[in-house]
Amino acid sequence: MSEVLHEVTLTVNGVRRTASVPARRLLSDFLRHDLTLTGTHVGCEHGVCGACTVLVGGEPMRSCLMFAVSAQGLEVTTVEGLGLLPDARVCATGQSMNPVQQAFTECHGLQCGFCTPGLLTTVTAYLDDHPDPTSDEARAAISGNLCRCTGYQNIVKSVLRAAEIRAERRVPDAAEPGERHPKPAAAGGGPS
Amino acid sequence: MSTRLFGTPIKRKEDPRLVTGGGRYLDDLGHDALAAAFVRSPHAHARVVDIDADDAFELDGVLGIYAHDDLPGKVGEPLPLLIPHPALTHGRTGYALAREEVNHVGEPLVMVVATDRYVAEDACQRIRVRYEPLPVVVGIESARDGAAVVHPDVPGNVAAHLTQVVGDVDAALATAPHTLTLELDIERSASTPLEGRGVYAQWDDERDELRMYSSTQTSTGVRAAVAAKLDLPLAKVECIAPDVGGGFGVKIMHPWPEEVLVPWAARLLRQPVKWVEDRREHFVSAAHERGQLHTVTVGFDDDGHLLALDVKFWHDNGAYTPYGIIVPIITATQLLGPYKPGAYRVEFWSLYTNTVLVTPYRGAGRPQGCFAMERTMDAIADRLGLDRAQVRARNFILPSEMPYDHGLLFQDGRPLKYDSGDFPATLNKLKALVGWDDFATERAAAVAQGRKVGLGIGCYVEGTGVGPYEGSHVQVETSGRVNVSIGLTSQGQGHETVFAQIVADELGVRMEDVFVTTGDTRKMGYAVGTFASRAAVMSGSAVALAARRVRAKALRIAADALEVSPDDLEIVEGTVQVKGAPATSMTLGTVSVLSNPLRYAFDEATQAATQFAGTFDPQKPPVAEGEEPGLEGKDFYSPTQATFANGMHAAIVETDPVTAEIRILRYCVVHDCGPMINPMIVEGQVHGGVAQGVGGALYERMVYDDSGQLLNASFMDFLMPYASEVPTIETDHLETPSPLNPLGIKGAGEAGCIPVSAVIASAIEDAEGFPITRMPISPADLWALRRRYAAGEIRPLRRASHPSESAARAEEPTP
Repeated sequence: MSEVLHEVTLTVNGVRRTASVPARRLLSDFLRHDLTLTGTHVGCEHGVCGACTVLVGGEPMRSCLMFAVSAQGLEVTTVEGLGLLPDARVCATGQSMNPVQQAFTECHGLQCGFCTPGLLTTVTAYLDDHPDPTSDEARAAISGNLCRCTGYQNIVKSVLRAAEIRAERRVPDAAEPGERHPKPAAAGGGPS
Repeated sequence: MSTRLFGTPIKRKEDPRLVTGGGRYLDDLGHDALAAAFVRSPHAHARVVDIDADDAFELDGVLGIYAHDDLPGKVGEPLPLLIPHPALTHGRTGYALAREEVNHVGEPLVMVVATDRYVAEDACQRIRVRYEPLPVVVGIESARDGAAVVHPDVPGNVAAHLTQVVGDVDAALATAPHTLTLELDIERSASTPLEGRGVYAQWDDERDELRMYSSTQTSTGVRAAVAAKLDLPLAKVECIAPDVGGGFGVKIMHPWPEEVLVPWAARLLRQPVKWVEDRREHFVSAAHERGQLHTVTVGFDDDGHLLALDVKFWHDNGAYTPYGIIVPIITATQLLGPYKPGAYRVEFWSLYTNTVLVTPYRGAGRPQGCFAMERTMDAIADRLGLDRAQVRARNFILPSEMPYDHGLLFQDGRPLKYDSGDFPATLNKLKALVGWDDFATERAAAVAQGRKVGLGIGCYVEGTGVGPYEGSHVQVETSGRVNVSIGLTSQGQGHETVFAQIVADELGVRMEDVFVTTGDTRKMGYAVGTFASRAAVMSGSAVALAARRVRAKALRIAADALEVSPDDLEIVEGTVQVKGAPATSMTLGTVSVLSNPLRYAFDEATQAATQFAGTFDPQKPPVAEGEEPGLEGKDFYSPTQATFANGMHAAIVETDPVTAEIRILRYCVVHDCGPMINPMIVEGQVHGGVAQGVGGALYERMVYDDSGQLLNASFMDFLMPYASEVPTIETDHLETPSPLNPLGIKGAGEAGCIPVSAVIASAIEDAEGFPITRMPISPADLWALRRRYAAGEIRPLRRASHPSESAARAEEPTP
């Protein structure tokens, strides 16, 4: 009666991780419960709310709509990994934050914080492609994520502020134009 | 004295943790816990004939399967009726697991405990329940009709019937120059926090103790209820609300069946057990609100002054009434808003239906009341051909009339007596913000382009900060770290920040040295909970009072040590110093050392408090009479009544002439919650409230079919607004202090959502030229209304041709 387990190896926040899981294990549950990376939250488990959004190979993906086994060999960045990206800086309270994380704390872009990790990953990827959005573009960029607390006003502000911080922190020649966001510093064993 | 932190938009202490994945929500705890899952009724009303779990027991990993028959003693008795009321003559509550009968889709019948959630859900699917369906009551009309009943011993489905009267309404109506009767409806919606409910329980078998975590708005309430249900001494139960992913009212309800069953199972199995609600469960087994039908008859004079207001309404309370009749009581009282109603009679019936139970959702009965009152105001203006803002202004309670006693009983059983507020000033600010007097020009320009636009308005008063009390404990460690504990919980309102601001000011310490713990019964056993926009008022006041006690004690101790009078001392950035001679000083950490006479030093600093250090007068006992060791203090705030915040909103909407799509072009808010502790956080609360209000006005409704199935129980089908649906919100504030509490503050949490349906209806009506009486309204609804209007089935507004109402009335003086 026991379920067949499959060994899954993937890179999460720059670290190679291996675990044996049933084929039906959702990537969100795998990250949260097998790897105890609980920063990724689950709000609906049917792909609508966006709280579980992680970056897979730099692209935002709803981890509740992926099986862990289908992430075999892929590179995943969760909210815990955003502070490891090259444009992250250590803040006054000791945490390392990328520009998007920093902007959300500056602009009151979160209240309960439950939807926030999905927004942070989504916006991080968005700004890689659209480093200088208008207010309307910023609003459109977050329109796939549900937030029940903020009314989105300060999330839009946070996206715009993140773009500013990102520009301030941009090290010249750090990345080729059009390149997806750089790999975490500790990266190893990426996808083929 | 350092800069006051009260009133500054300081960044939140919570955020660095929450944006880096450091939040600890319910499901982030207990990775090794067993998982519970529930078999829930697929029928809205049925007798349970048989439960067969044999197949489920065969699954590997299943540790327990429980139905009602398995529940011992009080665990198997009905859940508590939390707020009894004399008018609630037929209060009914459910069981933790349904006994013999189910009364709504989603009611739990069987609990499975297994090694993980996947297995537990597999087991649930193998459990076969045989039902004998019973007639189903869905919708207020069907409940009111009473042909079928939810509970056989509740005739006519009436749980409660309550009337409150001030003055002679019949006489006033009979002599009023004008009367109008309106039918006004609001549909069901729900709090819908992004994190659902969840419970995690650890049983300590060696100490016979329960520690439980719940995603709740009241950890003290859960603790007491669970201790009572499990027959445990209160001292053997602790309850902690970890980070909570939004509440909006639904998590004040307790104990949920799962809050009783999960701890019970943890104790029975002697292993940690956890249950985390999934989204569908939240839709069908948590709670909804808002469904009410209202009939308003109003009498008024030629100038639009109210002479009599006669309101009847029918409230859908769902299958059970564990939270009493708080929601309809709030509608009945808060409907009055900023107005003097003349004679007032309000009568409501709270009715059972075979649907999810109804408990407060942000606004809690006020959005319905505001809708009823504000639609009435617009109707009066239309009948008399007056400016809508003018009619409102003429009925305002004026600042000179405060405090104003309506002669009614509020939701806390105390008088509905407004403490302060400047409604004319609020209205003037709103008119300036939205450009009320210039809208005629704007409309003319739009009409010339073939566009339909309308301007709407809504005013409300919100009783906030109801009792009975909240408390706080403040303690200064020898390091100078300040620990603040409140029993009230947090669901994103920034309590760690705002209460630290108050303590930092009161005590004279740095913000970064203050650490606030909320909702942990180990730290503060006496508390009520987070609801009714009460946290800032209640806990804010309690925190200030406790901090003042600590300050006074620190000054006493330091004065003694520095051999000066306490009156000559001040505390600046954590140092107690002589005013004008700051060199004579000691840190609060040192004061803390001295406050606790020691036999045993535990570091170099604390040597000063030991018996041979020479710091104490040998003639006196080490702990002075009337004092206690430790630099700490506790205090409680318990007001005689609620404090009343107010606000007014206006919106400009555009309706598509062809598709009937409704777009909010501008949304303006003027809000008065007294002095703001942190304006950034208040504004965030307003934004969030407005967004929920927009959802309630245009998108969100619980769609039940006649058999009691909730047809849209998913985020695919229940349309919560994304950023694309919420307009830019323009805000302005007044800060009229409350005379009732030490900081003059009023609550802000619910305000944003209260008038939104009223405002949007007002604006759509203004754009379309016919009355809007039912919310939410979708493009399809509006399109159908247009067809009926074209067919002559709906009467036009008198101002349907859109004369420039404000321009025509501009000469009229403001009262």
